[in-house]
Amino acid sequence: MSKTQNTTSALTAPSAEAPEGFLTVRDLRCHFPTDDGLVKSVDGLNFSLEKGKTLGIVGESGSGKSVTSLSIMGLHRMGTKRGAPRISGEVWLDGEELIGADPDRVRQLRGQKMAMIFQDPLTAMHPYYSVGQQIIEGYRAHHPGASKKEARTRAIEMLDRVGIPQPDKRVDGYPHEFSGGMRQRAMIAMALVNDPSLLIADEPTTALDVTVQAQILDLIRDLQKEFGSAVIIITHDLGVVAELADDILVMYGGKCIEKGPAATLFESPEHPYTWGLLGSMPRLDRELQERLIPVKGTPPSLINVPSGCAFHPRCPYADLTGGRSTSEVPVLAEASPKHHAACHIPAADRHRIFTDEIAPRL
Amino acid sequence: MTDSQTATIPAPAPASDREPLLKVTGLTKHFPITKGLFGRKTGAVRAVDGIDFTVNAGETLGVVGESGCGKSTMGRLVTRLAEPTGGTIEFEGKDITHLGVSGMRPLRRDIQMIFQDPYSSLNPRQTVGTIVGAPFKLQKVQTEHGTKRAVQDLLELCGLSPEHYNRYPHEFSGGQRQRIGIARALALKPKMIVADEPVSALDVSIQAQVVNLLDDLQKELGLTYLIIAHDLSVVRHVSDRVAVMYLGKIVEIADRDSLYKAPLHPYTTALMSAVPTPDPKRKEARERILLTGDVPSPINPPSGCRFRTRCWKAQDICASQEPPLELLKTGHQVACHFPENIGTENAAK
Repeated sequence: MSKTQNTTSALTAPSAEAPEGFLTVRDLRCHFPTDDGLVKSVDGLNFSLEKGKTLGIVGESGSGKSVTSLSIMGLHRMGTKRGAPRISGEVWLDGEELIGADPDRVRQLRGQKMAMIFQDPLTAMHPYYSVGQQIIEGYRAHHPGASKKEARTRAIEMLDRVGIPQPDKRVDGYPHEFSGGMRQRAMIAMALVNDPSLLIADEPTTALDVTVQAQILDLIRDLQKEFGSAVIIITHDLGVVAELADDILVMYGGKCIEKGPAATLFESPEHPYTWGLLGSMPRLDRELQERLIPVKGTPPSLINVPSGCAFHPRCPYADLTGGRSTSEVPVLAEASPKHHAACHIPAADRHRIFTDEIAPRL
Repeated sequence: MTDSQTATIPAPAPASDREPLLKVTGLTKHFPITKGLFGRKTGAVRAVDGIDFTVNAGETLGVVGESGCGKSTMGRLVTRLAEPTGGTIEFEGKDITHLGVSGMRPLRRDIQMIFQDPYSSLNPRQTVGTIVGAPFKLQKVQTEHGTKRAVQDLLELCGLSPEHYNRYPHEFSGGQRQRIGIARALALKPKMIVADEPVSALDVSIQAQVVNLLDDLQKELGLTYLIIAHDLSVVRHVSDRVAVMYLGKIVEIADRDSLYKAPLHPYTTALMSAVPTPDPKRKEARERILLTGDVPSPINPPSGCRFRTRCWKAQDICASQEPPLELLKTGHQVACHFPENIGTENAAK
């Protein structure tokens, strides 16, 4: 089924209307054929992002958040022996469609117009080449006219910009000579060397200590102000998105279950899963809770996503939906301006549950 | 209790009427750095460098610190999985610092460990029954209704189903595996459990389940926990007292409430202000202390106070004199020449 979808989308893509926004993702699907069945990592995702804004994608492991970023970057076209991943939908970056585009064109854009910061800088960097060489390679690939000397000056300038002391010396250092925080800074320098207008940061601070995490988050925020790029930050930590994001998208089982402006989403979350995430976190900024409120059960397998609402086996309020939660997939509906949630529970019930039961315990 | 009374401990009785279950004095662990063919010792990584603390029966001591501060090494020393370089560890008044493998064996019943990574701490070739039943076999413990029944009871206690007895670890999710690890640690009804980052490998929603489980088990079985973690909010949630480590030293140790309300050491203050809050409205309001640079190397720690290279209050005395871990009137212990939030009632001695 996905195969036909794939071809149709490739055919229709050029004729589809180019959206106005800077980055628009429409009905993105990414399915991986495996021995055990089709893994539906991303299954119908829609969002858009303007320049100068930050979108936070939150979800647990296996919710499809990293696959989303890789699909946008066109980083998994490669097939396994089971067949290539089936990617369909549309990704519009500044008026250009990427899913149906020529791989060579995507390669030109990657690293130049869109760049990525990976989670673990030790595995994302090549141990054999100096940090400088790796930054220079990225710069010269997209600036064929640049001399080696110019590229080196640029690399030193970038290292300086991300706060690495003595950049003219450190440029010749190797990744293993950098500490975790410094390595992540060097990675950011590498991603920013071509002034990308879209920056995707996939768990940029998960491997770092809190004090270093605070430094890196500040750096990303400052750089965004300076370069005015659009940033997508992918993380499982609600604290990190609250620090950075303007808009938040919560993913569960390969789908977006809630999205909205950060302030609204934290103040009046609509989806029971978002309540669960907030209730599971011990928080330093509140009085100590007697007990945490965990979400029962475990995240679903993406091969056998539960029917209807993927969250229904774990949802404590599933019986309020009159059986629809098991049979019907909920669609994103506007709960308040710009704030959407995919939930079958009637809005009035949801508000009552949140104000009476959830909010006092958070 | 009787054990510790008969043992001769020169230390004065602690402020509380309970005898400490675990008492650590001047504990050190230096890992040698060798060079050349003959293994000439050229230096040492001073992972743990003279720490003192006690854990009372029934309480939870949380240990926080950044990576490389020696908190995990400390856990391994206390459980005697590593040999201390110096100092003493007393468990129920008995000196266990240099006990050998056979000397430790009876004590292994009383001190158990929960590991960080539920993927590497369970043998993939053994069934859950074998894994959780191993302590009974090793210690030659006979249970009333046989080992299988005991294991199934343990699985149930930890929120797993008794039918999981014959399954293998790969059939379980991360949170369930961590429960298996907890069931194994509980098998012999230990007095103390050392948990090294018990929830950091788990997803947020699963983390809360395991934290609540540890809570319930403590209430039900009267366990004593030593919980090592880097996440300040998790530590606050589970601990009665909290110790903050920096570069092999304890810089502050206090009751949970007084530590989180009024941290005295600048490092603790900075650490707490760095934790991101899931509340976009407060991000402008609060004051953030941003530490510059990285943690210095434990091979060559700075002279005097180890935090002085990143401290905004550092003065000359900090480089020349190492601040001792001083006990204040309130029971708060801090190692700093210029502590924060120090009110009159908190003044030293």
